[in-house]
Amino acid sequence: MQLSFKRDRRPRENKRNTLAGLSCGEQAVIERLDLPEDQARRLMELGFLPGHLVSAARCAPGGDPRVFRVDGSEVALRKETARHLIIRLDG
Amino acid sequence: MGHGGPESGGVATITIGAARKTVAIVGPPNAGKSTLFNALTGLRQKVANFPGVTVEHRSGVARLPNSREVDVIDLPGIYSLDPRSEDEQVTRDALRGEIAGLRKPDAILLILDSTNLGRHLMLAAPILATGIPTLVILNMGDDLRKRGGSIDTMQLATELGAPVALISAAGGEGLDAVRNYLAGQFAQPARIELPVLQDVPRCRQWSAKIGGQANYRPPAPPLWTHRLDSIFLHPVAGPFMFAMVVVLVFQAIFSAALPLMDTTESIINTSGAWLGRVLPESWWRDLLIEGVWSGVGSVVVFLPQILLLFLFIGVLEDSGYLARAAMIADRTMAKFGLQGKSFIPLLSAYACAVPAIMATRTIENKRDRIATILIAPFMTCSARLPVYTLIIAAFIPEKPLIGFVGNRAAALLLLYALGFLAALATARMLKSSILRTDRTPFLLEMPPYRWPTLRSLGLRLLDRAKAFLYRAGTIILAVAIGLWILAHLPLKDGKAPQIENSLAGTLGRTIEPVIEPLGFNWKIGIGLLTSLAAREVIVGTLGTIYGIEAEGEEGAHSASLQQAVRKDLSLAGAVALLIFFAFAMQCLSTLAVVRRETGGWKWPALQFAYMTVLAYVGAWVAYTLVSTV
Repeated sequence: MQLSFKRDRRPRENKRNTLAGLSCGEQAVIERLDLPEDQARRLMELGFLPGHLVSAARCAPGGDPRVFRVDGSEVALRKETARHLIIRLDG
Repeated sequence: MGHGGPESGGVATITIGAARKTVAIVGPPNAGKSTLFNALTGLRQKVANFPGVTVEHRSGVARLPNSREVDVIDLPGIYSLDPRSEDEQVTRDALRGEIAGLRKPDAILLILDSTNLGRHLMLAAPILATGIPTLVILNMGDDLRKRGGSIDTMQLATELGAPVALISAAGGEGLDAVRNYLAGQFAQPARIELPVLQDVPRCRQWSAKIGGQANYRPPAPPLWTHRLDSIFLHPVAGPFMFAMVVVLVFQAIFSAALPLMDTTESIINTSGAWLGRVLPESWWRDLLIEGVWSGVGSVVVFLPQILLLFLFIGVLEDSGYLARAAMIADRTMAKFGLQGKSFIPLLSAYACAVPAIMATRTIENKRDRIATILIAPFMTCSARLPVYTLIIAAFIPEKPLIGFVGNRAAALLLLYALGFLAALATARMLKSSILRTDRTPFLLEMPPYRWPTLRSLGLRLLDRAKAFLYRAGTIILAVAIGLWILAHLPLKDGKAPQIENSLAGTLGRTIEPVIEPLGFNWKIGIGLLTSLAAREVIVGTLGTIYGIEAEGEEGAHSASLQQAVRKDLSLAGAVALLIFFAFAMQCLSTLAVVRRETGGWKWPALQFAYMTVLAYVGAWVAYTLVSTV
């Protein structure tokens, strides 16, 4: 169902500190959610809480949405949302 | 059980006889609410709408050990009691007793997934804060154990100030504990220190603390789910499997349902013939056999096929695959301005547009929701299946096409694809004009894969069978009888006229000029008119018309509906009819539900006009093309 791969060609350094830049199998700590209150709450209820570990599972080349493993569950997010979750890699 | 109504005057709760207590099942999505509800109530349940809102709920009666009974309501799945979505609003109002006609629950069954307790326990805070007696149920206990997790339920009960039961609703484990709780006296939860409810991080810290004190050991990750996902969500294999699943379902609907349908058909035919022999000759015998038996019977034949479709949808949903399918589809949906969340309502629209339109509530964005509502009736609902099956079986010979996929299944698949494409194209159009929005975030939890339980599948099928037969016994029966009468009037010397000269025939011939360019004659015209009520009615109508016609011919009573249709339609006309049914909005129930969900006639009127025009033009193009080839 992935018909094109041409979305989202942004400078790489921008993406490294967001969830969108997390490579497959990598793990990171969520720092903050750079989203409006409403959306942030939804994400937090699903487990995307500051200070929690998150890892990228199921990576398709150019795949979107992707499945993230967080707080005991797996949640699919689109890249456009993942880009607003700021992470720290040293976790 | 001397239980008075709620203090809040207003709506008087009528307590006739022994008032039964009411318990509400509350829990996050995927915690197993429905499974618990089914296990407690079994066959004694019904689906209803909350008055004034569009949220559906199920209610039922549970029988308890001491042969007492309680009313059980299944409330929508929620993550918190913050009233941000309609589901949360309804749950909150229901727990406060603020929904007219619904008693404030005497107790809550809070069901949480024990394999994901850290996150699910967060919901315990707002629920316990309501002060309503609560049993905290930790579901999937068998999974927790198998994957090496554990919890001290006694300690957890102390920490929460409420009783705790570790169960496995699907396996039937621990249900006695739930029933015993319901049979006993409900005690208010003890006062414990609860976090600030609006603050998610604090709630999560609180649940981690409570879990820690109860020695909660989370289970190992679900290995099988990861293994299966490495196939089903694989970048290449995933979409391929998705396509395979779809093709398999269609092939099964056609080939596996056939023997069952033949059996049903022969039962209906044999019983009809038997009735014809034993009943005295009279007008009402003719009405019964030609009107009721041929009319209603020709629709009832499709019951096995429709149940098979619902069985597949049930398996896909209960096993957890549907969430994966939504994820695979999201990227494509996004191109048409929709989101993966629209995919689930659209998929259930394959069964019926009415529940699908109700399911659009989960789409928080209003414009996305309206767009999904408007395109849902393009999806091939089960009411189209009888029409498609009849025409395809009459005009397309069964031959293997590729491998095990036959000609007929391929034709059916093509029609399903056509409806889907029309839906997407319409969505694209709407979303780039009157319903333009920013893209909304797509969040979808992937539940672990589970074996669907026979009980839940069985209840689902029973529910659908009842709904289908109810329609056959009401709308279709009424149309069949009305049509039979119209086909026998006006009486001439006490005798019914030839069908073409009857009122029904006149009606059909009046609209014939309009539908002639599509290759339809007046008989199909009558079918088109009656099917404005519901699509499958056309099959019943043709059954009645041919039933009456056959009476005139000598001994041709056994001529099947398929053969009769072949006499009346050319191949081009048949293709046009299929296209017409793929696009047309012939369903009063859907129009009614769209009006209710969108709060006015504007959207349903637009939808009806658009779909009818598209159907007419589409059928005309198809007829013209096939005729010239």
